[in-house]
Amino acid sequence: MTADFLLSLAQAITKGLLTGMVYGLMALGLSVIFGVMRVVNFAHGEMMVVGMYLAWMGFEYLQVSPMLSLPLIAVIFFGAGYVLQRAVISPFIGRPEHQQFLLLLAIAILLVNVSLVIAGPDARGVQMDSQFDSYELGPFVFDAVRVHAALTAVVIAGLLWLFFTRTRTGKSIRAAADNNLGALVVGLDVRRLYAFTFGVGAACVGAAGALMITIIPVTPFLAAEYTLLAFVIVIVGGLGSMTGALAGGLLIGVSEAVAGLLLQPSLKSMVSFGILILVLLLRPQGLFGKSGP
Amino acid sequence: MNLLARLTGGVPARSLWCLGALLVLLLVAPALLGKYGLSVLILVLYFAFVGQAWNIMMGFAGQLSLGHALYAGVGGYIAAGLFFHYGIGPWAGVFVAVAAAVAAGSIVGYLGFRFSLAGVYFALLTIAFSEFTRIAFDHWGWAGGSGGLFLKVDAASDILNLRGGPLLFYYVILALAAGTFILCRLLLESRLGRYWLAIREDPEAAQAVGVPVLRCKMIAIVISAALTALAGVWNAFYYNNLFPETAFAMGRSIEFTLAPIIGGLGTLFGPIVGAVVLTGLGEIFTDLSEVFHISGLKQIFYGLALLVIVMYRPAGVWPWIAERFGFGEKRR
Repeated sequence: MTADFLLSLAQAITKGLLTGMVYGLMALGLSVIFGVMRVVNFAHGEMMVVGMYLAWMGFEYLQVSPMLSLPLIAVIFFGAGYVLQRAVISPFIGRPEHQQFLLLLAIAILLVNVSLVIAGPDARGVQMDSQFDSYELGPFVFDAVRVHAALTAVVIAGLLWLFFTRTRTGKSIRAAADNNLGALVVGLDVRRLYAFTFGVGAACVGAAGALMITIIPVTPFLAAEYTLLAFVIVIVGGLGSMTGALAGGLLIGVSEAVAGLLLQPSLKSMVSFGILILVLLLRPQGLFGKSGP
Repeated sequence: MNLLARLTGGVPARSLWCLGALLVLLLVAPALLGKYGLSVLILVLYFAFVGQAWNIMMGFAGQLSLGHALYAGVGGYIAAGLFFHYGIGPWAGVFVAVAAAVAAGSIVGYLGFRFSLAGVYFALLTIAFSEFTRIAFDHWGWAGGSGGLFLKVDAASDILNLRGGPLLFYYVILALAAGTFILCRLLLESRLGRYWLAIREDPEAAQAVGVPVLRCKMIAIVISAALTALAGVWNAFYYNNLFPETAFAMGRSIEFTLAPIIGGLGTLFGPIVGAVVLTGLGEIFTDLSEVFHISGLKQIFYGLALLVIVMYRPAGVWPWIAERFGFGEKRR
């Protein structure tokens, strides 16, 4: 154990924590959607990739930084998610899981291949000056883009928490999630709330995509990987739990970074799947979930 | 005789004649079809066979597996590896391959069922094991690692080593598909089959009336994994190459689920009808997208077709056909 090794380990952990915040925001979208309407969004990674492409296009064609286009992307995703839920997903709520799976799989195939047709198979990334900046704190060096992305993710998660605890719509959504029938009885428009929730979940993942493009370039083939990653994170954190999704994101971000350092980069997701198997078997409600599945 | 009676019992004579005619047609099909037609029919039978195997897990016993590529991959890799390294032909290697897949299935099943994971949670466990194995094979030298494992392409027919042209593979996959169809019918008519349906409909009620739930689920995953491993072995020798990225891909697992879901889950003809519909659509869309020269267009058509089918025929195409034309097989 040399000081050098400890330093690079600490670096890897901080890098993992920063990326993990963005992972957490992505997984938050999945968790919110599942927590409220019990639909597993198998198109989540595909939505993430679309968000990355939108931010890339804004940068490439309009010279807008992904950080600036993020609010617009979130709004677009909210609208698209709202409409998608209303028009297509709504009848499938409460249906058998395999039917929901097939529906979202079809949506996923459409999203990823429309991206492929529009943007092509090559990796698309943004080149910004800030990518060469870094913050130094004693012996530590932080990539500026990662720090910005992580901070933005924290702010968005905070806004979401305020939405769910302070606003009328947010509270109604939680009520509908807790007790669907009760919500109907007291006169809440549950169908509208569900559409709203899907919009919020989509906005989260769209925003996460805009942040992620500043860290790594996008290809259509990332989509399936992100879907799986989002599953791993929410299961580890606890499906339906907001804190769980964020904490799971941090945990998986760190485990990936450390596994990449100690083992081989190609083995990093093996560690994630190993964690997933252990959590599924030993604590299926997730590390932060309240009750069993 | 008892077996035959059970196989045909309660089936209208008209349906039996139709089935017989279909079998004869499939037996002589290679003489009627060209090279292209035969290759499409091979695909249809492959997806019908592997869909039937998956249907035992999901359609009969109600356990959603999205990691069946694990069994096909393990089976294919072991049979191909034994042949590649030691010259052990697939007719012998298939026993090892099936045994390995059964072991894998037992591990996944025992852990999942023992810890009572159901629905999406069980599905995620199957995905996790499949992905875990994919990365392990990426780093396993004996299996060729991420560079893949290649079998020597040999046009000379050598049935003992399952080497030969499309005709050989056609009859092998036809035998597998037909055999599995009969097996599924027998299973459904057996006590075990009734137990499965009880578990699928209400596991707690089944447990309460004394159905050995854990054992029945284990038998389902073992049979399903064994059959899927056969499909994997066939696939490895038909295509002569194996890569962890494709053999264990989640996309491969999803491919296995489509024919039974589209065709009609829990029915005997569902996986077959689904395989015909999906392979047919796939071929049409390939031709269509070649006209426009846009990559990804085929998948867009495919996605749209899936969307339309699941929105308008969520229970599958076959139950709808069966009802319309009075064939009478419903999902049990």
